[in-house]
Amino acid sequence: MELLVASAIGVLTAAGIYLVLRQRTFPVIVGMTLISYAVNVFLFASGRLVVNMPPVLRDGVDSYTDPLPQALVLTAIVIAFGMTAVIVLMSLGSFISGRTDRIDLSPKQDASE
Amino acid sequence: MTHWIIAPIVIPAVLAAIMVLAMRGNLFLQRVFSGAAAVGMLVLALGLLVQAAGGTITVYELGNWPAPFGIVLVLDRLSALMVLLSAVLALVVLAYAAGSGWDGRGRHFHALFQFQLMGINGAFLTGDAFNLFVFFEILLIASYGLMIHGGGAMRFRAGVQYVAYNLLASALFLFALGTIYAVTGTLNMADIAVRVAALGPEHTALMRVGAILLLLVFAAKAALLPLHFWLPETYANAPAPVAALFAIMTKVGAYGILRMFTLAFGPGVAATEGIAGPWLMAAALITLAIGMIGMLGAERLGRLAAFGAIASMGTVLVALTQFTPQSTAAGLYYIIHSTLAVAALFFVVDLVRARRSEALRPAPAIAQHGLIAALFFATAIAMAGLPPLSGFAGKLLILDAVRGGDHVVLIWAVILATSLVAIAALARAGSLVFWGGSGGGVKAAAVPATLRPVPLIATVALVAAIGALAVFSGPVTAYLDATAAQLHAPQGYIAAVLGPVSLEGGLQ
Repeated sequence: MELLVASAIGVLTAAGIYLVLRQRTFPVIVGMTLISYAVNVFLFASGRLVVNMPPVLRDGVDSYTDPLPQALVLTAIVIAFGMTAVIVLMSLGSFISGRTDRIDLSPKQDASE
Repeated sequence: MTHWIIAPIVIPAVLAAIMVLAMRGNLFLQRVFSGAAAVGMLVLALGLLVQAAGGTITVYELGNWPAPFGIVLVLDRLSALMVLLSAVLALVVLAYAAGSGWDGRGRHFHALFQFQLMGINGAFLTGDAFNLFVFFEILLIASYGLMIHGGGAMRFRAGVQYVAYNLLASALFLFALGTIYAVTGTLNMADIAVRVAALGPEHTALMRVGAILLLLVFAAKAALLPLHFWLPETYANAPAPVAALFAIMTKVGAYGILRMFTLAFGPGVAATEGIAGPWLMAAALITLAIGMIGMLGAERLGRLAAFGAIASMGTVLVALTQFTPQSTAAGLYYIIHSTLAVAALFFVVDLVRARRSEALRPAPAIAQHGLIAALFFATAIAMAGLPPLSGFAGKLLILDAVRGGDHVVLIWAVILATSLVAIAALARAGSLVFWGGSGGGVKAAAVPATLRPVPLIATVALVAAIGALAVFSGPVTAYLDATAAQLHAPQGYIAAVLGPVSLEGGLQ
């Protein structure tokens, strides 16, 4: 299971970084979404990987899973979701007003402003 | 009385929500409430500063949960100082934005402004690492809105870059926190400090990875080279009052480095020893040099001011990365100075932009030519670090603080040489903009009715504040010395948060 989780995080991050380095806004946003998925899985793993353990204290149970990373992941998901919505809207605004979805700013356009 | 600590977070949060819900179409009401909140915040910040000045560390437990389990807010000298600095800056920026009409060029300026203040104050006050992340996100998401306030293709495109960059930095922040939590099992800053100090050698490698990741995040926020790429386009294309407010945002990154790397990953901690100081100092020196060279190469006033912001962050971090009490105090003085000076420079840039093109080319004399030229001259003196303004005192303090260190020749050479470059850059810009076209007795243009006096007053007030910082540098440095002493004795902070028990080997 450790191998599976670790390789999932690695593949997601690698794909995310590749996409983020593209020149158009759409792949960049998809890439950042992939990275945020990788972060969420990583945060789960930070509380140690266990299966079928209760997170809350209970009689007759000796070992537990760590409940805190689940709360952290929930917060991270909400924030990542909101941020993705913001950047999608800004990219649309940039595309509509600037007539291009390239993410770089060329010096020529810079000077003509 | 203790509940006042949370007021700098709660007041903007509630006010911003009310503004969006009840005053969305009424700019006048928004201005009144926003202004009243800014004045109230200044009084509150002064009160908190007085409370913290005696050296007591006040801990506020949210929901009354005991320290390592619940989130805490911690008010020490550093937090109180930073909250006061942001309150002063917010008041001036608000006056400028309302006076120049910038706040009416798009919707929800005041609500976003209050959310931004909530995030900044929260980041300065929190004593929990994950809570710090949340407040970072709050101040960032508000800054995204403020950045594109007023619209325009260029602003949108620069905004997309800014958001993309910061989303990546946020992801890195979460990776860092996950790593730190995996090693220490806690996210309370004081508790992290206790656990890191007691860490066995088998966990050192992972701990160092976490600390470095965290350092990278703060370095990105502080625009430290080579993570500074987001700053020039963002600051040059943001509305000028917003860029002036952003002057405090880079300081949040510097605050993060200072807080975490004196409290938890400090010089005396075996597990993370030597990961921050040496190469961070090199990066800071290069940041300073590149910032000043960027000023010299700028073709527009906005970019000049943006590179000035980078250079001043370089100076701050050169001082902070020495991690001695004296250099920390000097760095804190320069943080105050550079926040005010960069904001003032952006105000002057906007005063020029309202009257002519900001390109560094000769043009006919502008309205209120003499006054604006004088203001530019004053802020240029402050940015370059010439006497009599506080930039000189700040650089002197830094030069004096590094005198006993290993790299004194290098630091002195870079700081003094870059100051010379800054003088050249600012003199070049000032002569091109203010002298280029006004020779030969050309009369300055008349003042159009659309130009209002409040922006000028706000700019003069900011320059006066820089002057006051120089005049009162005695009392200010006394407070900053005490602040640095408190930071470099983290036992006091830890004992205040966790109680005296935890000092003997943690809470296991």
